[in-house]
Amino acid sequence: MTAPGPVVAPVGARTHWEIGGPPTEGAVEVRAPVGVITYEPADMTITVGAGTSFDTLDGVLAEHGQECALDPRSRAATVGGILACGLSGLRRLRHGPVRDHVLEVRFETGDGRLVKGGGQTVKNVTGYDLPRLFVGSLGTIGVLQQATLRCRPRFPRSRWFAGSATDSFRASARLWDGAREAVLFEGVDADVESQGRGLAPLDTPPALPDGPHRGRISVAPGRVGECTAALAGRVRWCAELGVGTVHVAADEADALVHARSVSHAYGGWMLREAGGPSDDDGFGCALPSAALMRRVKDAFDPGWKLNPARLPFARIG
Amino acid sequence: MCFPRSSDEVAAAVGVARRHGRAFVARGSGTGLAGGATPLDDPVVIVTTQMNRVLEIDPQARVAWVEPGVLNLDLSRAVGHLGLHYAPDPSSQQACTIGGNVGTNAGGPHCLADGVTSAHVLAVDVVLADGTATRLGGLEPDSPGYDLRGCFVGSEGTMGIATRIAVRLTPDPPCVATLLCAFDSVEAAATTVSGIIAAGVLPAALEMMDAPITRAVEDFVGAGYPRDAQAVLLAEVDGLEGGVAEQVDAIAEVARANGATLVRVAADDAERALLWKGRKSAFGAIARIAPDYYLHDAVVPRTKLVEVLRRVYEIADAHEVIVMNVFHAGDGNLHPLLVFDQREPGVWDRVHAAGTEILEACLDAGGVLTGEHGVGIEKRDLMPRMFSPDDLDAQARLRDAFDPDGVANPQKVLPRGSRCGELQRVPEGTWI
Repeated sequence: MTAPGPVVAPVGARTHWEIGGPPTEGAVEVRAPVGVITYEPADMTITVGAGTSFDTLDGVLAEHGQECALDPRSRAATVGGILACGLSGLRRLRHGPVRDHVLEVRFETGDGRLVKGGGQTVKNVTGYDLPRLFVGSLGTIGVLQQATLRCRPRFPRSRWFAGSATDSFRASARLWDGAREAVLFEGVDADVESQGRGLAPLDTPPALPDGPHRGRISVAPGRVGECTAALAGRVRWCAELGVGTVHVAADEADALVHARSVSHAYGGWMLREAGGPSDDDGFGCALPSAALMRRVKDAFDPGWKLNPARLPFARIG
Repeated sequence: MCFPRSSDEVAAAVGVARRHGRAFVARGSGTGLAGGATPLDDPVVIVTTQMNRVLEIDPQARVAWVEPGVLNLDLSRAVGHLGLHYAPDPSSQQACTIGGNVGTNAGGPHCLADGVTSAHVLAVDVVLADGTATRLGGLEPDSPGYDLRGCFVGSEGTMGIATRIAVRLTPDPPCVATLLCAFDSVEAAATTVSGIIAAGVLPAALEMMDAPITRAVEDFVGAGYPRDAQAVLLAEVDGLEGGVAEQVDAIAEVARANGATLVRVAADDAERALLWKGRKSAFGAIARIAPDYYLHDAVVPRTKLVEVLRRVYEIADAHEVIVMNVFHAGDGNLHPLLVFDQREPGVWDRVHAAGTEILEACLDAGGVLTGEHGVGIEKRDLMPRMFSPDDLDAQARLRDAFDPDGVANPQKVLPRGSRCGELQRVPEGTWI
């Protein structure tokens, strides 16, 4: 399926370079423009070059008391990389997934055309939702040039607590690692205090599991309990309660294989974020509606020049 | 026209259409305003109103599986006793279906903080244009590969027909406050809207009505709106007590700084409900003024509200059309209503001319063609004003990926000539 001629791999900050299938050897690496293009604080929207780091973005927004809750694992990650990977941050429970923050994308397709999708206003249903299509596409349908993001006011207070908060209204995050539950509340001082009553404040946010082999399990939120119980002691894990994401890490590649089989047993799947066995395609499962996804790939990259191996198109379901 | 009762029957209907070389059009309650569900050239019309069961409610996971014909308000009523609701609340929520909401990616007043339909749909079981059934998205937070669910929502029936939809339910806020602010000019109200957003307040809803519509609503419903105001704002904030109190104060302060003649917080739920009833009855109230109206839908950056509204009134004046504005001010989503009597000779031409000019003024201010109603037929031919030939070609290719034979609701959303292969971009003056 890959066309003769060079294959192109868009590159951000390489903070998640191992996500998905391995990049094609000899691929031409391309980078996106860096910097803020327009920022109108009173509109709560910002347009940046896709090569802009989250750290820069967050700094600019902070000057006006705003933020965009992309929350990448590394602040060095670029906006283009965050959107292409589509990995949502820890505050997804309240702030929504990455795809809900993107208003407009401009990207170069595989056949070299600059395409705009979406619009720069906070509300828009004009035409098909290319921003959502782009998020999580792993650089297989286009090289992102710039993106317009929705911002929001930064909360005056943000605090982690240890303890269970099942019924708390609009908790920003709830993490569970099998031993402890931690909850993040954001809001005005009085509300954060009242929500944290009876819970022990934490000085530092809980750390996500780390290690040379890392993955991210996606299961229905109602199945997190049984899924994490089945992970047993083979991997270190931390679950986002109410969301269904389980972060797993291990010292051995085999443990990641185990975690993936557990995810399948509970109706989910696991995306490899780092490490894993050398033959891992990153997904370990066939794409749903694979024929349709191939046609989508064809539509934007007829010559299959863009990261042809990042998504498991070849895997048979 | 057929009224299937199951996914299998939808697939069968699509199969029949295809065997007879017909296109098919999905249709819910028919409340859409852009003509997305209007049958053109004798297609098979697949009406989903008989598929109206709430199939499953999971209060722990805050998810409901519904059939596409479930009415928007019926879903919120079905989960109300659990302290949950379905957030997108179009003005037509008593009549419009969830399937139709998915088709248009519908909005509503409370989408300012909560987002439009796409943020509330987790999974969609669909019958694709070739008659096969598949699930897009899922209850797990992420699905492998492309976000086809995200593509499908808002595709106005051009990518297939939804037969089961998993929606996210939103917990009712513990504390809600609704403010009514009145102003002696539209500009003061619009400046207040921009000021509220600029002050870092993100209300749950922020609605504006100008004088003619406020009076019409008041005559119709008696909701307690001031008849002498030139514009009113209805602002709602929700959440926890402390945050709500701070936001109420902040909004009141901005309103007063912009010369508000009235700032009133609804005393109880009954008053709140009455104010909202007034707002949501606005379109019905128009009948008291003239028999016909043309409702527009466009979005502008919130910082451009004042100047665009000024243009809207100028344009209506120039075309001698009555315009009324009732809209989702907080997200810059304008709904100019052109009010007229179609028995008046030549009025349609003036209404159309004014409408097109208004849309162009919105685009010129950095806005977009539609915020929640969709493109349908109405705005199809204006798409080139917002998108380049390459943009439109990309959208056409995406549509073709879902529907290679062009049988799912053809002639909607994208104008003829969107595909680069089609005849287009012929220089002016060329003889063909």
